[in-house]
Amino acid sequence: MIERPESAVASIAQRNLEGYVGFANLPNQVYRKSVKRGFEFTLMVVGESGLGKSTLINSLFLTDLYSKDYPGPSLRIKKTVQVEQSKVLVKEGGVQLTLTIVDTPGFGDAVDNSNCWQPVINYIDSKCEDFLNAESRVNRRLMPDNRVHCCLYFIAPSGHGLKPLDIEFMKRLHDKVNVIPLIAKADTLTPEECQLFKKQIMKEIQEHKIQIYEFPDTEDDEDSKLIRKIKERMPLAVVGSNVVIEVNGKKVRGRQYPWGVAEVENGEHCDFTVLRNMLIRTHMQDLKDVTNNVHYENYRSRKLAAVTCNGGVDTSKTKNQMTRSPLAQMEEERREHVMKMKKMETEMEQVFEMKVKEKKQKLKDSEAELERRHEQMKKNLEAQYKELEEKKRHHDEEKSNWEAQQRILEQQKLDASKTMEKNKKKGKIF
Amino acid sequence: YNGTCLAKKGEGARAVPLAGHVGFDSMPDQLVNKSVNHGFCFNILCVGETGLGKSTLMDTLFNTKFEGEPTQHNQPGVQLKSNTYELQESNVRLKLTVVNTVGFGDQINKEDSYKSIVEFIDTQFEAYLQEELKIKRTLHSYHDTRIHACLYFIAPTGHSLKSLDLVTMKKLDSKVNIIPIIAKSDAISKSELTKFKIKITSELVSNGVQIYQFPTDDETVAEINSTMNGHLPFAVVGSTEEVKIGNKMVKARQYPWGTVQVENENHCDFVKLREMLIRVNMEDLREQTHTRHYELYRRCKLEEMGFKDTDPDCKPFSLQETYEAKRNEFMGDLQKKEEEMRQMFVQRVKEKEAELKEAEKELHEKFDRLKKLHQDEKKKLEDKKKSLDDELNGFKQKKTAAELLQSQAQQAGGSTTLKRDKERKK
Repeated sequence: MIERPESAVASIAQRNLEGYVGFANLPNQVYRKSVKRGFEFTLMVVGESGLGKSTLINSLFLTDLYSKDYPGPSLRIKKTVQVEQSKVLVKEGGVQLTLTIVDTPGFGDAVDNSNCWQPVINYIDSKCEDFLNAESRVNRRLMPDNRVHCCLYFIAPSGHGLKPLDIEFMKRLHDKVNVIPLIAKADTLTPEECQLFKKQIMKEIQEHKIQIYEFPDTEDDEDSKLIRKIKERMPLAVVGSNVVIEVNGKKVRGRQYPWGVAEVENGEHCDFTVLRNMLIRTHMQDLKDVTNNVHYENYRSRKLAAVTCNGGVDTSKTKNQMTRSPLAQMEEERREHVMKMKKMETEMEQVFEMKVKEKKQKLKDSEAELERRHEQMKKNLEAQYKELEEKKRHHDEEKSNWEAQQRILEQQKLDASKTMEKNKKKGKIF
Repeated sequence: YNGTCLAKKGEGARAVPLAGHVGFDSMPDQLVNKSVNHGFCFNILCVGETGLGKSTLMDTLFNTKFEGEPTQHNQPGVQLKSNTYELQESNVRLKLTVVNTVGFGDQINKEDSYKSIVEFIDTQFEAYLQEELKIKRTLHSYHDTRIHACLYFIAPTGHSLKSLDLVTMKKLDSKVNIIPIIAKSDAISKSELTKFKIKITSELVSNGVQIYQFPTDDETVAEINSTMNGHLPFAVVGSTEEVKIGNKMVKARQYPWGTVQVENENHCDFVKLREMLIRVNMEDLREQTHTRHYELYRRCKLEEMGFKDTDPDCKPFSLQETYEAKRNEFMGDLQKKEEEMRQMFVQRVKEKEAELKEAEKELHEKFDRLKKLHQDEKKKLEDKKKSLDDELNGFKQKKTAAELLQSQAQQAGGSTTLKRDKERKK
């Protein structure tokens, strides 16, 4: 089941209006603006040649999309699968619609049809790419929406089941575009054969897990009943014709056979009306919304993930990155880096400071050591000086004492010799 | 290639006639149904001084009572308070967010008043931009908080706009749809009002302030919109109280001299405001916000980050390449910064090392000098010691010599005495 995005449910205060406000007119404002803008729709038809694709388109839109002047692809001989688009402008009831029909002539017509779906995939992707680029520009201007909104896949009315090509194609495209399988030229099947055929096809679709376009659930009971009815008739068996034939006095579009007229718009003859109503009158907008909200978003996220995650990174990180825009991602990285730098800076600063402190301490220590040694030597020297001084003083004292003594002795001697002289003179000396 | 991008709808397509009713004229209805199912969202910002009746006007406009206590005048700065409500009218659900500026115009220095408002508006744009740029995004269910309309409340002085008003509106006009309104207009007489409106309009024009113009491009509403454009700014009165007039209860303000009826177009422009803002142009306000104001913000932001369209023409622009290039540049930048910082540190280390080495050298030199000094001192001491020793020795010698002499002399003297004594004895 293709996931449809859920509307956000927020718990916000409710308020009751006590009188007229006027925003009930909003839908009219939206209506008015949308009519002014106009609408666009791109429809792709895929199927082998001769399945009545062009006729069906003409029948659906009641116009000669393919006419003498603009011949349909079936009238052109193709060697390889081409993808061609025709753009027409149609107006109805004041509403303007730019309709693009994309044809795939040559699909399934070759002997070897391997990869015949590739041009189709390429086309769808390239339209998504265009839109992505337009959306990503700095200067955004009008963004025309050329994305493929719906792909009608024509199944040949073999009555048996899906062909391998059918399965292969639908499997490859169901996640890129809204696929609506149709049984072409249903007027070659009887109602019973048609029933069986439809059952078989749906069984095979489920078996191969192909996700065809699903109708959204509505709250409206009427609509729900209608939708259930449509679902029961899938895949729709269609008949196309723009030839008007008179049946019982009524002018109808149909195919005239010898045995009767197969009416295009007769619900008992085929599901054309169902298809038209569903495709154009009730679900055209939803087809566009699903294309925009689901298929395009898938394309976009795949594309951008490839760029920013550079593939092959561990999944937990990529998951985180997916929920962030690349710009936010860069901002985050920048912030992380700033923090890292800051941390690095503080670390380096710390180491630096520490080393400087160490070195300074060392220097201080050696200075202190030298200082100490010097002090000690100084003290030592001073002590020696003092000692010397003391010795000198002592010596000086001794010397002066001795000298004093000597002087006394000298004096005595002198006195003694003087006395002797005196005694000699006195005759005491002989 | 120019054609594809600037293509108007339908260009390149040929018109074909339809042979009957196809049924795609239901497209607008399909679109409307989806919108109604999804619900609508509208965000109003009310800018104006405290006490101009912003909350009352909101209550009156939306016929309900919103949150809020009346604010005091002592707010330190301008703050924005936002409240979201779910309203329903007939089958239409509206998620309405009312943002109020609290404290606007109360400060003495109002130079920065507009800043928090601009910041708020930008934050909402930023949130949307971030969502839009995510890889896995959910735009469909995103609650749009971008401001769709800014009601600017002008004080009913009757003279002219205040400079704060002009400054603020000038800063906001490129970011949001501004709808100026004259608040509490029951304080102004009709003649004063006309003059006031003219003065305001001319001041806005002469200052180049772009206010929101009701669109006149759609024929269905062109007439009413252009008439209303001429009545701007709307002079409004708000009231949630009801007064009986005749046999009806109407919203009004009762004065001794009469009753001002809010919904009476002769009394004030309230009805006009409601018509224009809600009933006629709500969707256009949203559209303008998205296609004009938001796009401008987005463009500026992306250009600021260095993104640009690789080609002036519409040549396919590869988002991936730009992202990658940006990313590489960014990473290179970061690495360079890292390298620079490392280098700076290496440099500092070198310098510091040299410094310390220098200091070490000096220290050693100092101590070498001291050592030398010390050596000198030591030598001097040694010399002194030596000289003292010499002196000591000299003295000793002298002493011993003198003593020897003395002892000799004594001996001689003794012998002389002995001789004398000997002589005597004879």
